Amino acid sequence: MTAALRFDPIRLPSECEQLRKEVRAFLAEEIAAGTFDPHKPNREDTDVPEFSRKVGARGWLGMTWPKKYGGHERSFLERYVVTEEMRVANAPTRRFFVADRQSGPVLLKYAPEHIKMEILPRICRGEICFAIGMSEPNSGSDLFAAKTRATKTDGGYLINGTKIWTSSAHIADYMIAIFRTSPPTKENRRHGLTQFLVKMKQPGIQVNPIGQITGQYEFNEVVFTDHFIPDDHVLGEIDGAWKQATSELAYERSGPERFLETYYVLTELVRAVGNNPDTRSAEGIGRLVAQVHTMRRMSVSVAGMLQAGKEPVVEASIVKDIGTIWEQQLPHRVRELAAFVEETATNRETLEKQLDFAIKTAPKLTIQGGTTEVLRGIIARGLGLR
Amino acid sequence: MAESENIVAETAEKIFADLADAQTINRDKKGEWKAPLWQALSDAGLPLAWVPEDCGGSGASLAEGFSVLSAAGRFAVAVPLAETMLAGWLLAQAKIASAGGEMTVVPASPKDRITVNADGSLSGRARGVPFAKVAKHFAVLAFDAKGDFSVALVDASKCRIESGLNLGGDPSDVVTLDKVQPIAIKPAPTGFDQARLMLMGGVARSLQIAGALESMLEISVRYSNERVAFEKKISKFQAVQHNLARLAGESAAALAAATSAADAIANAISFNDEVFLEAVAAKIRCSEAAEKGGGIAHQVHGAIGFTIEHILHRYSLRALAWRDDFGSESYWAVELGKLVAQRGADELWPLVASR
Repeated sequence: MTAALRFDPIRLPSECEQLRKEVRAFLAEEIAAGTFDPHKPNREDTDVPEFSRKVGARGWLGMTWPKKYGGHERSFLERYVVTEEMRVANAPTRRFFVADRQSGPVLLKYAPEHIKMEILPRICRGEICFAIGMSEPNSGSDLFAAKTRATKTDGGYLINGTKIWTSSAHIADYMIAIFRTSPPTKENRRHGLTQFLVKMKQPGIQVNPIGQITGQYEFNEVVFTDHFIPDDHVLGEIDGAWKQATSELAYERSGPERFLETYYVLTELVRAVGNNPDTRSAEGIGRLVAQVHTMRRMSVSVAGMLQAGKEPVVEASIVKDIGTIWEQQLPHRVRELAAFVEETATNRETLEKQLDFAIKTAPKLTIQGGTTEVLRGIIARGLGLR
Repeated sequence: MAESENIVAETAEKIFADLADAQTINRDKKGEWKAPLWQALSDAGLPLAWVPEDCGGSGASLAEGFSVLSAAGRFAVAVPLAETMLAGWLLAQAKIASAGGEMTVVPASPKDRITVNADGSLSGRARGVPFAKVAKHFAVLAFDAKGDFSVALVDASKCRIESGLNLGGDPSDVVTLDKVQPIAIKPAPTGFDQARLMLMGGVARSLQIAGALESMLEISVRYSNERVAFEKKISKFQAVQHNLARLAGESAAALAAATSAADAIANAISFNDEVFLEAVAAKIRCSEAAEKGGGIAHQVHGAIGFTIEHILHRYSLRALAWRDDFGSESYWAVELGKLVAQRGADELWPLVASR
């Protein structure tokens, strides 16, 4: 039972350290050139297509994929380093992140060869953006409840229905979505869902942005009206998307983005506190650093499991559960400690602005990528309770 | 139960399974289980695992010794195994041969000081020294007027010992040395200081806490699958499942932090800031996990887990008690916070991402 809960102390191999230096140097150049501001975690105005292309040109997209699809056949641990450095620098990764983390691996596994040859190299070059169409109105984490229909027609399918909370759909070139191809059976509630590659910006697809409480426009409602998808855009097994979609989630749930989304407030707190902190500030910072260190060790460990070809579904769920709760609490703990920071701290304004944004961001962190309750259900299953 | 990684840990695991079964220990109110267990551990050479063969020990690697401590934590073993291992390790730092029998290290708190007097005798007071009362010898870390550290082997009977008990009911004593002449005393290696000893002890305790949490998770899951309430097993209630999922998370986090720190120390070339972060973070995170995880384990067990007849307290109270040894999590959090502040904001991420 507890054998499933081992997080071995994986160390990043030396090639990762060289890579980390390269990424840091690249990010420093981009910051100096004004491509983005690392002190502004609000990414609303930082959808930067040129940045994606530059990252692609460096070879940092599709890093683990086969070379024949434009990939670089590097390790998950090398990819891990790139992801965390981008995240910590608040780099504008929105345009390529989903494709690199999730959509590409799905295509690699389930798309027909000619689609792989057409699309994967473009992801690697940072040219295209992906969205993921899972949630629907009144479904959310409950994938079984998805109703949007794909009806068989000549040479393909007609799609009717609505996806919602779809991040980046307004800028996406493609979406990987699940649609209902047949009703669930009495014996198997998971039956009847199929995964499709959807080409966006086509007739029959309307994208309606939804504002967030942070002031950002990140997710959308996507309405399908008799939208046609050709047969060769079916990914994997008809009616069998359930398993495909859940194994995909191990990638989504364990990465450094799952505990570093509000990390910037910690750095800014340390700056504000200065190099001779009082006991209260020192203790507060020490506890927060111990926590982020532990999260990272766990996350690196899961990256090692992915590298070893395992499917660490339960471990990934634990990392997301603890990680998102931690990054959700972080702005509040930093706020408490910041109450004692000198009025004259040079970065006080930056810290306060960051805290405003981080505190507004915090509520979503335990929702996106599977709610805390759903994750705990998965962990409970792993413990043999269900 | 986690897989044993090596023959040394397997040996320890087998001895614990045979002679340190929690139910047996719980029923034995006189503590008669201790003698055969200690004898078996000694016969297997485990208390002196970290002592090189030329100093009379078993010469196990640091990594092997750490996995023995993990196993000791899973069984919440209450004999001075970790303490004797640490004492042997400390003595070996100065190439002093270990004495046989039970030992412990003095001091056991970062704030207590033992000094070497001009005549070579030792003076000072150390509180919360685990198992001092049952130890035959102490491995003492002391410093002289010049601030240089020495390691000494001391006859316990030459010291004044005021008995105390920790939360788990194990000896945690005040040791006073009043011009005590050591059996042997030698300079500590260059750079070795009290923080180093405390962090080694802290990592040992972290592994023990993580082990105890593994056991708390295991018995809590088992209990939830047996106990029926409101006409179904309580493991079928979603609220209970979610609590156990949180306990699993705390257990996993503790184990990840502790094993990472042990691995860092076992492979350290020098004791730099990165190794310091590993060791300190483990003590802080495991101590926090002891509080949160222990709380959940008791909640799942209900009133039965609060009784002296039940084995849960063996794990929960020891995990809580171990937080205090070799520097509490609050103490180390302050030290870590100071280090981070001194390095400056832009050096925080490079420190976290260094390994």
